[in-house]
Amino acid sequence: MNRYPLWKSLLFAGVMLLALVLALPNVFGEAPALQLSRKDGELFKDSAAAQRFVDVLAAGNVKPDTAYVQDGRVILRFGDVPEQLKARDLIEASQPGAFAIATTFASRAPSWVRAVGLKPMSLGLDLRGGIYLVYQVDVDGAVKQTLQRLERDYRLALREKRIPYESVDGSAGAIVVTLKDGSNPEDARAALAAVDPNVTLAVTGASIRATLSDVQVKQRQDFAIQQNITALGNRVNALGVSEASVQRQGADRIAVQLPGVQDASEVIRLLGKTATLEFRMVDQTGNPIEAQQTGRAPLGTKLYKERRTNRPVLLKREVIVSGEQLTDATSTFQQGEPAVSIRLDARGGEEMLRTTRENLGKPMAVVFIERERQLREQNGEKVAVDVTREEVINVATIRGVFSNQFQITGLTSREGQELAKLLRAGALAAPVYIVEQRLIGPSLGQENIDRGVRALLIGSGLLFLFMIVYYSAFGLVADIVLICNVVLLTACLSLFGAALTLPGIAGIMLTVGMAVDANILIYERIREELRNGNSPHAAIKAGFEKAFSAIFDANVTTAIAGVVLFLFGTGPIKGFAVVLTIGIATTLFTAVVGSRTIVGLIWGRRSQIRRLPV
Amino acid sequence: MEILHKVPRIRFMAQRKIAYVLSALIVIGSIAAEAVNGLNLAVDFTGGVVIEANYAKAADLDATRAALNSAGYHEAQVQIFGSSRDVLVRLPPLGANDSANAVTAKIEATLRTVDSGVQIRRTEVVGPQVGKELVYKGMQAMAITVLLILVYIAFRFRWKFGVGAVLATLHDPFVVVGVFAITGMTFDLSVLAAVLAVIGYSINETVVVFDRVRELFPVMRKEQPIEVFDRAINETLSRTLITKFATLIVVVALYAFGGETLRGFGLALIVGILAVTYSSMYVASGVALDLGSSHRDLMPSERRAPVDDLP
Repeated sequence: MNRYPLWKSLLFAGVMLLALVLALPNVFGEAPALQLSRKDGELFKDSAAAQRFVDVLAAGNVKPDTAYVQDGRVILRFGDVPEQLKARDLIEASQPGAFAIATTFASRAPSWVRAVGLKPMSLGLDLRGGIYLVYQVDVDGAVKQTLQRLERDYRLALREKRIPYESVDGSAGAIVVTLKDGSNPEDARAALAAVDPNVTLAVTGASIRATLSDVQVKQRQDFAIQQNITALGNRVNALGVSEASVQRQGADRIAVQLPGVQDASEVIRLLGKTATLEFRMVDQTGNPIEAQQTGRAPLGTKLYKERRTNRPVLLKREVIVSGEQLTDATSTFQQGEPAVSIRLDARGGEEMLRTTRENLGKPMAVVFIERERQLREQNGEKVAVDVTREEVINVATIRGVFSNQFQITGLTSREGQELAKLLRAGALAAPVYIVEQRLIGPSLGQENIDRGVRALLIGSGLLFLFMIVYYSAFGLVADIVLICNVVLLTACLSLFGAALTLPGIAGIMLTVGMAVDANILIYERIREELRNGNSPHAAIKAGFEKAFSAIFDANVTTAIAGVVLFLFGTGPIKGFAVVLTIGIATTLFTAVVGSRTIVGLIWGRRSQIRRLPV
Repeated sequence: MEILHKVPRIRFMAQRKIAYVLSALIVIGSIAAEAVNGLNLAVDFTGGVVIEANYAKAADLDATRAALNSAGYHEAQVQIFGSSRDVLVRLPPLGANDSANAVTAKIEATLRTVDSGVQIRRTEVVGPQVGKELVYKGMQAMAITVLLILVYIAFRFRWKFGVGAVLATLHDPFVVVGVFAITGMTFDLSVLAAVLAVIGYSINETVVVFDRVRELFPVMRKEQPIEVFDRAINETLSRTLITKFATLIVVVALYAFGGETLRGFGLALIVGILAVTYSSMYVASGVALDLGSSHRDLMPSERRAPVDDLP
């Protein structure tokens, strides 16, 4: 008799059952879907919300396959892409500007699968198509900004305390304050320390040197990256892309993944820009065309161009309200026309109230100021330069008195949406620029899936055939074990929420190739034992036992390579490493415990075996 | 079915000196090929721009080159990628003033003049700094992998085995990289991943042979170490051949059916597996043998006599 301990067999059966359930969602595939979220930041709560959209669509003769609420967002799944796009237009038209509508993919799995929280593996960018961006954060620039701010504050503090000084210079990585004769350095030091007690101050004679400690520099840099991640995250969210990710990469980089997004230039423009607004009164006395010709604006005015018409406009120099006072901006529709609804803080509201009261019936302009950081070569050195573009996007007559809440009209729907997004996103903390940009088209993604799956099927099909030809019944056992291995691996990847990439598919194939090795080691050992004249039962037992040390050591060393790959790799290498490492664990389990269970099940109960089909 | 009905008695270790010379030639040849041909490093490592475009009809490469040249991209490389309609355009890293977007948009427009139905399937823009870091990280990963494996083998077997395993392991990437240098195939990130997988695979192989050596030493007390090694290799030979064949089936399928993106990966693994088979038999065992592995190394250690002359 050659039974495998019952508890081990049960363990294997239990694990495989669980794995089957976890891997199940992957079987159903995906279909085009819409993901809706409310622009006001509120969440959708119950299925009634989803039903409302179904009703809206029913009016337009579009019927989603399914509609449900997940994480506060409504998911609507459709049969094909034309349906999906038609539905998007219907929803946008029903309540224009109220929802962020993202085109995405949703699993075809039945609702109970979703209800118990099972999710399929997500597809990586190379399989789904999309944009991958790596931003370099200019951390030194962030530190410089801190020094500049400190420099300003020091001047202010010294003036307030009436301490005469020669100069405050922050150009050389530290701030040097040179005092005038007669100033008490101790008083000055105290005044400076009050500004920021954490800055190191060194007094030598009449000058004080302020330096940031290493810890402070590090903190400032980390903060800059965190703030950028938040800002980029906000902007990415504003794009309404599902499954988007913004992650820190290494010391000073941020990687952004936008699956399914295709318009790279648009996205990059939106992510990398900072924008603000200024509200100014239009000057009605001067002649803008004359000013444009002479290149000279009359006193107290400034010459601008209108964005769409390219006409010159003269605006008064005084700014009524500027971007910092803006608290919210959303794109809406007003009387069927696209509009951007704007909210101001209390001070901005006061200013606006005063201005509108005094200038009823007069035109007011909205100036859009956009800053883009570009790298320029200057004396052979790369210098980041801010490029500012100022233009009038809207001139409207003040029709009523308003304060902290009002609308800008006269934009196209698209312009309105973009403007609202940019205004909401706020300013970036430290300059960023793109060091890596990859775009994968959707057709290439689908092709990669098709090819990867085809290679997987052909490769494993041939391998399965070979094993049966070579090891007959035991070969079949090996094939079953290999299938168990792939199921278990899929289950683990789904459980960890790992994204499947093309190198990942290659990793699965390599796992299959290496898992077969464990089986071959065991079977060759069994054959050897049989040749040495052992009984079939003894041969099975010895085969498994003696092959174990080789299987174990071989897999541990490969696992070492896998883990190092994971720790040092980025992007595709990481995806490969994850699959390889998890694959080794599942291989060890299925080849050792699984094989033994199945072999025990078939041959273990027989008291006599005449010939072992190996 | 069985390919080797009896355990063969090939005297592998007698030929190990020839194998050393061959290995030395391979490594030198690989380095020479890299020095002469250079590796066709992908944009992942060099930085630069890659644009994959799908033409509506068979691509006219000369017209494409001419169009790009007149658009100011004199250094553009244009090649067929997969089918005759797929074209790959490569540019050196962008200058500081170029925006990645503007360049890819301009190239798209230029390609459109050659074939109005062109579709951009993929664009990659990588800064030169990113590439340099990748090379550095790849090297670092390789070094750490090798070091950790050395420690593990030394711990599970003996240090002599560890040295043999590491030398065999270092040998294999040379073969793969050499083949890429000679064929001029693009060496990209996924090929690097394949090379690192080959390292893991190589160790895997070596361990199987060493495991058998470890098992045979106690039962072959009378024989010379060289005979133990030979017997271990011979006894595992049938498994080695079958496993290699089985894995090759899978990897060749990747190479042949996985599409252009997986072709390099597949080739690296095919070459790697062949190299691994050779190096695990000859290099790893040979070095372990020549370092003087003997029965004493792998016998259960004798219990030390109690220390009794301490104060």
